[in-house]
Amino acid sequence: MITSSERLSVVASRELASRRTVFAGIGLPTLAAALAHLTVAPELEIVYESGVCGAHPSHLPETIADAVLITGAEAVLSMPALFGYVLQGGHIDVGFLGAAQIDRWGNLNSSVIGDWHRPKVRLPGSGGAMEVMANSREVFVVMRRHDRRSFVDELDFCTSPGPDRALAEGIRPLGAGVTKVITELGVLARGGVGEQLRLVAVHPGVTVDQVREATGWDLAVADEVATVEPPSEAELRLLREDVDPDRVYLR
Amino acid sequence: MRPDKTMTLREAVASFVRDGETVCLEGFTHLIPTAAGHEIIRAGRRDLTIVRMTADIVVDQLLAGGCVTKLVSSFVGNSSAGSLGELRRRIEHADPEPLQFEEYSHHGMICRYLAGAQRLPFYPLRSYAGSDLPSVNPGIRKVASPYADEQVHVVPPVNPDVTIVHAQRADRAGNTQIWGLTGVQAEAVFAAEKAVVVVEEIVDDEVVRSDPNRTVIPAHAVDAVVECPRGAHPSFAQGYYDRDGAFYRSWSHISKDPDRLRAWMAEWIFGTEDHADYVAKLGDEFWAGLAVGEAMSLPVNYGRRL
Repeated sequence: MITSSERLSVVASRELASRRTVFAGIGLPTLAAALAHLTVAPELEIVYESGVCGAHPSHLPETIADAVLITGAEAVLSMPALFGYVLQGGHIDVGFLGAAQIDRWGNLNSSVIGDWHRPKVRLPGSGGAMEVMANSREVFVVMRRHDRRSFVDELDFCTSPGPDRALAEGIRPLGAGVTKVITELGVLARGGVGEQLRLVAVHPGVTVDQVREATGWDLAVADEVATVEPPSEAELRLLREDVDPDRVYLR
Repeated sequence: MRPDKTMTLREAVASFVRDGETVCLEGFTHLIPTAAGHEIIRAGRRDLTIVRMTADIVVDQLLAGGCVTKLVSSFVGNSSAGSLGELRRRIEHADPEPLQFEEYSHHGMICRYLAGAQRLPFYPLRSYAGSDLPSVNPGIRKVASPYADEQVHVVPPVNPDVTIVHAQRADRAGNTQIWGLTGVQAEAVFAAEKAVVVVEEIVDDEVVRSDPNRTVIPAHAVDAVVECPRGAHPSFAQGYYDRDGAFYRSWSHISKDPDRLRAWMAEWIFGTEDHADYVAKLGDEFWAGLAVGEAMSLPVNYGRRL
């Protein structure tokens, strides 16, 4: 039995092949980056928002600032250095982000559901997400839920804009914005500025219509929709025995 | 002889935190000045503007303590452990009263500190283009580059009346050493009119001077030094004690229920004399559970003239 967390982590880890630096948050991105480190990207440098570059944790970190990320790390930078030189300086290949809402251009909302001034739900806000979006070469989004409440025609509030919105304001962003969205149903992708997200792959047993039904806009679909290769025995063993043996995130 | 700026937390809050002022509490997930926040609540301060990048548990407590009218922040959540009950009631339902909230991104807040510390009128950054944040925050503006045909967003400086940070150690004059995550504490201290540094331990001058590169905040930027062991709990002090993950997880449940939150405040903040009393109340067995082992750095050779 393969859980949804295992499937998402493995698929995300494969996408990190040939990347050098990844900006990871806690949870599924941590698992994906750690697994990629053991499989497709042994030279991968994992950077955390707290200022840690080149983390070599003795235990699976519980937060982006877990003490185990600091002990044995290659570098620990101040906030101005991390956000100014590393992120804005253009040193991140792939940033991982999550959000409450995403639209067809890969714009993200993590601030409010409803009106900002009188929100129905107050969410945490940007944190560094806006900067990860604006400055990483590309961004991967991992969403545990794929439904019409999360994949929306129009965001309630745009916290982290993709490059299309920035360009509409006459400002040229550094990165391509969201290039991959990995969900429990499949994988959406877009090439960069001017492109919408397209469904490019589904997990075994999932149909294209099912994904269309779960998406709040008229979803573009690739000419040939692939079936995601299920996690291999080797990938699962590494994930379960080496990366997260206590099943902290592999719920 | 350098001046001795040591005092108790009660004296520091009495001297440097006044009703209606702007108070910055920094510490990015590490070294969060929780004990200082509790002392502000005990002192009954009112109508404060709190400036803090990651508004987390200590901000939820300051809100519940009735101390805060306005919050300036770039992240409002209980770390990765859930949400902040009191903050959400204030923002979503104006319960018990509305909260003025000024929202930025992390880099926006960092740039506000950088401008504040350097007494600059604004600071540019490559964020905010296409975001809805500028539409709800008139402080975020766009200007033309004087050097190229290019627009860039800018943020205003922040100059708090007082900044309070927690650190591992300092000497009596306020030379403050931090290792591990150094966050944005130095910038927040330099941006402020007055600064209070709360430390795990006050050490002899020779200790600091044996390793001057580890001094993140020099004494001239510091007005008061407070020794307050375990003053960052439930966050952590690298090399001293670990983060209390269980408390972070339980806070989401405590703060969700206003009665439970009031009972917690009555017992742990108003029911304790000071932070030493809070530490004693938690007990030795509790603190043993957060103990950390040694991982010493190798010494460096600063050299001396022969």
